[in-house]
Amino acid sequence: MSAVFEQIFQVGFLAAIIRIATPLAFATLGEMFSERAGVLNLGIEGIMLLSAMTGFTAASLSGSLWLGVLAAVLTGMLMGALHALFTVVLGLSQHVCGIGVTLFSSGLAYFLYRLIFGQQSVPPNIKGFQTLPIPILSDIPVLGPAVFNQFALVYMAILAIPVAAFVLYRTPWGLSVRMVGENPRAADSAGVSVIATRFQAVILGGALMGLAGAFLSMAQFNAFTFGVVSGRGWVAIALVVFGRWDPWRSAGAALLFAFVDALQLRMQASGLGHIPYEAFLMLPFIFTIVAMAVMSRNAVAPSALLKPFRREER
Amino acid sequence: MFRLEVRSSTPTWFNFALPLLAIGATLILCSGLIALAGAGVLEAYGVMFTASLGDSYAITETMVRATPMIFTGLAVAVAFRAKFWNIGAEGQLLAGAVASCFVGAIPMPGPLAMVLMAVAGAAAGAAVALVPATLRVKFKVDDVVSSLLLNSVIYYALMALIEGPWKDSFSGYPISPPIEDSANFPVLLEGTRLHLGVVAALIAAPLIWFLIVRTTLGFRIRVTGENPEAARYGGIHVERVLISTALLSGALAGLAGVSEVGGVHFQVMSDISPGYGYSGIVVAMLARLNPLGVVPAAIFLAAVMTGAEAMSRATGVPAFLSDVIQGTALLAMLVALLFTAYRIRRVGVAR
Amino acid sequence: MPAPLIEMRGITKSFGAVKANEAVDLSVAPGEILGLLGENGAGKTTLMNVLFGAYAPDAGEILIQGKPVRITSSADALAAGIGMVHQHFHLAPRLTVLENLLIGIPGKTGRIDRAGGLARLAEIGRQHGLALDPDLPVSALSVGEQQRLEIVKALFRGARLLILDEPTAVLAPSEVDGLFSALRSMAAQGLGIIFISHKLNEVRALTHRCTVLRHGRVAGRVDDPANTTSSAMAQLMCGHEIVPPARGPSAPGVAVLTLEGISTSHHSGTALRDISLVVRAGEILGIAGVSGNGQRALAEVISGVRAPDAGRMTIAGQKVSRFSPREVQALGLGRIPEDRMTTGLVTNLPLADSMVLPRIGTAAFSSKGLLKPDAIRAFAEEQIKAYDIRCPGPMTRAGALSGGNLQKALLARELAFDPKVLVVSQPTRGLDIGAARFIHEKFLDMRTKGCGIVVIGEDLEELLVLCDRIAVMYEGRIVGTLDSADATIARLGLMMTGAEGHS
Repeated sequence: MSAVFEQIFQVGFLAAIIRIATPLAFATLGEMFSERAGVLNLGIEGIMLLSAMTGFTAASLSGSLWLGVLAAVLTGMLMGALHALFTVVLGLSQHVCGIGVTLFSSGLAYFLYRLIFGQQSVPPNIKGFQTLPIPILSDIPVLGPAVFNQFALVYMAILAIPVAAFVLYRTPWGLSVRMVGENPRAADSAGVSVIATRFQAVILGGALMGLAGAFLSMAQFNAFTFGVVSGRGWVAIALVVFGRWDPWRSAGAALLFAFVDALQLRMQASGLGHIPYEAFLMLPFIFTIVAMAVMSRNAVAPSALLKPFRREER
Repeated sequence: MFRLEVRSSTPTWFNFALPLLAIGATLILCSGLIALAGAGVLEAYGVMFTASLGDSYAITETMVRATPMIFTGLAVAVAFRAKFWNIGAEGQLLAGAVASCFVGAIPMPGPLAMVLMAVAGAAAGAAVALVPATLRVKFKVDDVVSSLLLNSVIYYALMALIEGPWKDSFSGYPISPPIEDSANFPVLLEGTRLHLGVVAALIAAPLIWFLIVRTTLGFRIRVTGENPEAARYGGIHVERVLISTALLSGALAGLAGVSEVGGVHFQVMSDISPGYGYSGIVVAMLARLNPLGVVPAAIFLAAVMTGAEAMSRATGVPAFLSDVIQGTALLAMLVALLFTAYRIRRVGVAR
Repeated sequence: MPAPLIEMRGITKSFGAVKANEAVDLSVAPGEILGLLGENGAGKTTLMNVLFGAYAPDAGEILIQGKPVRITSSADALAAGIGMVHQHFHLAPRLTVLENLLIGIPGKTGRIDRAGGLARLAEIGRQHGLALDPDLPVSALSVGEQQRLEIVKALFRGARLLILDEPTAVLAPSEVDGLFSALRSMAAQGLGIIFISHKLNEVRALTHRCTVLRHGRVAGRVDDPANTTSSAMAQLMCGHEIVPPARGPSAPGVAVLTLEGISTSHHSGTALRDISLVVRAGEILGIAGVSGNGQRALAEVISGVRAPDAGRMTIAGQKVSRFSPREVQALGLGRIPEDRMTTGLVTNLPLADSMVLPRIGTAAFSSKGLLKPDAIRAFAEEQIKAYDIRCPGPMTRAGALSGGNLQKALLARELAFDPKVLVVSQPTRGLDIGAARFIHEKFLDMRTKGCGIVVIGEDLEELLVLCDRIAVMYEGRIVGTLDSADATIARLGLMMTGAEGHS
């Protein structure tokens, strides 16, 4: 028992949690912005996949990882705009549009990837992001190597949490986002454009989902595979509920999920008994479902979530 | 200036015109990708058409392909009518496949085996669908997310089976042992793969239509979906309706798995469904959630899938075009549906 | 008289075939309180929504201090110095008072200007006696405080013209005085105020001048409301003298609905505390009260949507045991809900479906789980004819009908099965006079036929006309019941603030 315990609290384990949490944190924050404005974005899974693909492609063609990140972010924004066009401007069902965006983006990602790289027996890869130790901080025992000897994108994710909280709670735009998600009519009568605010929030959310995709294909796997996202987008949606639509709590939820995921990876590796490895793979998903069941009763979603806003209605 | 105006009713011909409009728009939009791949648009679509609907054998192949999507399309249509957002048809299909494979491997008379396979598969699908429905009714958990997450859980469970106890010890491949020969669904047309499941799907569609339109359960499903509050005040037990809908929807999705095991693969492997559960959503939406419309919509998607493979071989355009077409068709259909609720009117500008 | 602060000229606005406003002229001077009077559906709210930029007028112009302006959004209206307090507040309950106030206000160096907001809020509070706690969530405010917040919000944005749409509908009579003194103080400082109402006594007490709308047109103007009789103004509003429907003497029979010691917990809305009521066959009982004092919970318990924690209820002498809508219906209860669109009808389905909804499981419309489409259709057609419901047919989407026709459809569906008790909430809210009149006559008809009726409402005048007895609710209790012969608006108003009243 103590051996397992020791293994858990190794530096490597902490570092793994942080790494697993990074794309989830980006994605969860992205989904949170969208939902705070009243728009559920089920396109997240596909947006992450397409961004992972465009980011990987841009990086591998240009040789610049940051150009890849830029491509991924732009892709995310573009797909966010598409979702916003359907759900915010045209007021279509957010559920079905999100599924549509996911199917469309995934299809496009597979199609373009195959078109650009052809069918290869060994999937092409790139030299992805390298760890970037932060001087002094990385020398702190345990915490240093785990948190401050990471990829640049990890630092961005850590920074993104307070920034997101600041934007949401301390800026006029953030207030508008919260207002259009709670009572769009109130925002409208105060002279705030509901359509524009929601559009911006969904696009910002798309950009963050793009970063999540970029991390997967350029820092975590250094390649694009069809399973590169494998449900992380759906998990992020659950984490937003779990995190009660708050940046800090959402990030905390991502960390908790990452802990469970890292744990199951460790347990797989340590070959615990005769349990098939799939049981461990299932674990984070079951954990998420159970967590939602525990949290959802008291969770209060933004009041106007899923509700389209139309001006002249009678 | 143009304005959207609320319609009081929709003409019947819209049911046919809108999906055709959406499909037309989809094909035009996706032709850009064919051109991007350096192939002739007409040629590519031509190959797709002849390979999927060009001769009677191709048509039977397309029908075989359409069958699981008719089932999942019906599953989604029923669920969405009640606004039970069942995105889990994929997992329910897999559960149905596993259960029917388990039953089919037990030696017993063929007809009995087939009936029991269907019962077991439907029950397994229903049991899986019960989870998100119960979570929603009892714990207010969003059914979209839980049914999506459950897909992954079921997938890993299936993998654990075929890489564990069911693993082919001879070849080492992760595939289940085959079902008994006697349990294989009979082929209806010599020289084709047209099996009993195809007929079952074609019978299921009008049955489900009848259920939705002509029964009190169908009435309750429709009212609950459109306005749960009014339904509750009107004496409808909304929770019970949601659970019944989930059971029905899950059972239909489970039957998709049964039909694939009994009629096509005769065993279970990891890629037994190339996303038929998700395609069911596209099918249901193209059909405007009308069970009768599910059949042509599923045939369309099946034709795209079968055709895309041939097109890829002939022109080099990646077969993933069929995935793009599915996504685009779903979005195009949603936009087209705007015409059912609104009409566009030219209005004078205030001066 | 000073130059007008704002002037509307020839405003016309139609919705489909309905002309909500036709060639309306209106002006307000600085320091003036203008009453905008009219029955429900006369076009008051539409006109104000045009002024506030929510609707684009089909014709006409708006002038501010003599200069024509185009107002196409609320942002334009705010910039032009127009503020509006809507009937349904435009507030986000989960955000704080200050956040609701600062929405749409540009910040300081990219941040919300909290200090500036607090200072302005305090200043406005001092000026007009409108104090509010800035950090409370709006959900913690009383209805009166929420209204105060809406007014402060408008002033915060520098409104010089304040529009209030039926502001007293949600207030207890005592709160009305506070509102009026704040409005007078604002007018004294040069603000223009448009006060929308259909309550004549309030208009006469508060306003300097009145514009009266009828059927979307200006029916007349009153230059000295304080010295004009209510009946003269009422005549302008209705076009004829209002003759209340004749209510014959009541002949109450056996008790058809009894509540004994009904209490509920307060996990949603106001809790009911020890409610006891008796409704007899052939009488109409009114339930009066300021909105939010437990009326909704009471209606929910009686209609079987919510089970009480304690107490006993009988319908037609039989005990209600399970409190399900189906059970109370089976015992003979009919119900017309407060909110037609959300709890009454299914707007996206054919009208016929909504009309048979509560009885779909009965032999009339189904057998052995199969629907009888012909019977459903025939029933709907019959009722459409009998109640003169204006629609293309039973297969029309219910949502396409007007409010009055929807209310008739709901009435038809409940009355078709001769209920022993009928429970209605806000039966004529938002209806025009003709439709309201029709509904009232149907109620009196049912009363003659021996049906017991409970009318839950906020409009005291309507209750006085319709009911044999009126019970008053306050904070989930019934504070007293008056025979309508003894009831006056003043007496009911006093009871609505919690004062015990004995008949």
